[in-house]
Amino acid sequence: MTTAEQEALIIRRGVPWWRLLARDKFALAAALWLLILFACFLVGPELFGKAATSLNLRARNLPPGSLEHGWLMFLGGDALGRSMIARLIVASRNTLTVALCSVVFAMIAGGILGLIAGYIGRGVGHVIMRFADILQSFPSLLLAVVVLYVLEPSVTNLIVVLAITRMPIYLRVTRAEVLEIRERVFVDASSALGGSSYHILLRHIAPVVAPTLLTILTVDFSIVMLAESSLSFLGIGIQPPEITWGLMVAQGRNYLSQAWWLAFFPGLAIMLATLSGNILSNWLRIVSDPEQRWRLETPRKSDE
Amino acid sequence: MGHYLGQRALHSGIALIGLILAVFFLVRLTGDPTDLYLPIDASLQTRQEFAQKHGFDRPATEQFVTFLKDVSNGDLGYSLRKQRPAMELVLEAYPTTLALAGVAMSLSIVLAVIVGAIAAYRPGGVFDRISSIASLAGASAPDFWVAITGILLFAVTFRWLPTSGIGGAEYWILPIFVLMLRPFGLMVQVVRASMLGALSSAYVKTARAKGVRETTVIFVHALRNACISIVTVAGDLAVGLINGAVIVETVFGWPGVGKLMIDAVIQRDFPTVQAAVMVTATAIFLLNIVIDLLYLALDPRIRHQ
Repeated sequence: MTTAEQEALIIRRGVPWWRLLARDKFALAAALWLLILFACFLVGPELFGKAATSLNLRARNLPPGSLEHGWLMFLGGDALGRSMIARLIVASRNTLTVALCSVVFAMIAGGILGLIAGYIGRGVGHVIMRFADILQSFPSLLLAVVVLYVLEPSVTNLIVVLAITRMPIYLRVTRAEVLEIRERVFVDASSALGGSSYHILLRHIAPVVAPTLLTILTVDFSIVMLAESSLSFLGIGIQPPEITWGLMVAQGRNYLSQAWWLAFFPGLAIMLATLSGNILSNWLRIVSDPEQRWRLETPRKSDE
Repeated sequence: MGHYLGQRALHSGIALIGLILAVFFLVRLTGDPTDLYLPIDASLQTRQEFAQKHGFDRPATEQFVTFLKDVSNGDLGYSLRKQRPAMELVLEAYPTTLALAGVAMSLSIVLAVIVGAIAAYRPGGVFDRISSIASLAGASAPDFWVAITGILLFAVTFRWLPTSGIGGAEYWILPIFVLMLRPFGLMVQVVRASMLGALSSAYVKTARAKGVRETTVIFVHALRNACISIVTVAGDLAVGLINGAVIVETVFGWPGVGKLMIDAVIQRDFPTVQAAVMVTATAIFLLNIVIDLLYLALDPRIRHQ
């Protein structure tokens, strides 16, 4: 068989997603980086919790790049001589917990409200949509500032606030899709066979909407992470002694001229995580789009 | 057409009122400003006088009625912090923010359209690859981090630019760059995607077949249709720009409305928060109407509905 025929065969059969991922350098790197972060999130605080709080006076504001004090000091030490690497790893749990939980809650709440607004429509639907209008008509950061000031900043409240500010996107997308899907034949068929609204929404409509929502979720992950960092940076997010990357940037800002690495590395960590999330979600969008998938399936002409 | 505009304006109007209501009651939940503005050893009588003067001793709903009456007379109350009308403070801070946001937004739109259109012209080419990584990085970068890294690099190390404050052109470079990053990054991707769609359409082929110049095909024929999604995204980003302005104004010490609002919330200066929210929400309300008018101008299908 010639290579062209082999390729045609592969395209017809469909290439498994992991081979597509392996072929795209950027997407692969992004996925690996997120996996590493996820490992830090799972076991980081248990493994490095002690190292992140132990003070070493000789390593105070130790510049990065030397292995003299062990590899944990490779990215330098902070103003109290704590290891930057250990602190970054420990902070990953709070940062990722907030980002992951917020997007998941936003998706569930927005999805349910969107299903209701789209399927039941009219009265209830209008109320829900005006509610979404209010949320979207104002800068989310300021809304979060006001609400967090009322609620006291904590991980849980931060998640609630961020989930609420991100919800309208899921709500709108779900509603728009439901409006279209409910006119399809299979919905009519189910209702003709005596399916209840509840049954139709959950069994027939929700599964069709879910993939779209998951795609938005991957983009939203980065947005929420940036929002959490901004709030923590402004001092309204998570409070010390708890740490997140955004809070570490804020703390390092006071030492900017003496020890630049205190603010630089946490910010870099945020940027790499959000960048990976964005690259991966772009890749996912192309893979899940039948019109664009060929760009990845034809070797060497892959498009980011 | 009139119906469409009317309905959109009605929806934005409801949102505007809902928002003002929500903020009015939410800020009152943040605590009693009396504790912040009077010395700790203030007598009960001075405290009561303070509360009475500002109406904090009455129930929130009653305060709201008074607030509505005052607003209809154009009075938004006195700032607790500065002893000046809250509206005056807000209107003083607004030009700074509007100038900052306006310059940043127009620059990002123009640059994003040029970069996105060139990238879409040869998808997968060198320019496309570089611009897509750069735009993703721009959209992913935490603005506060870029701001302080920029200060460290250009103000502290090289001493080319001032660290903060407001003044001549050199004071504007870093804040505008930081504020542009996210809208520019996101918009390049949107422009690229919608231009890709437009460039492969039949009317572009027709235009080329007629012998129209390539620059005209890209920037007149294709761009015109890509405009609708660009306008949508630019409108959303303009609202989001205020988030960025809060950060930029805080880091660079600009006396804009973002900083004013954050300070007012933290210091429980209710009248200033209300005035700032009201003006911002009204500005966004007007922006939405402008965007709807743009839709009408750009898309004949909406016009003829």
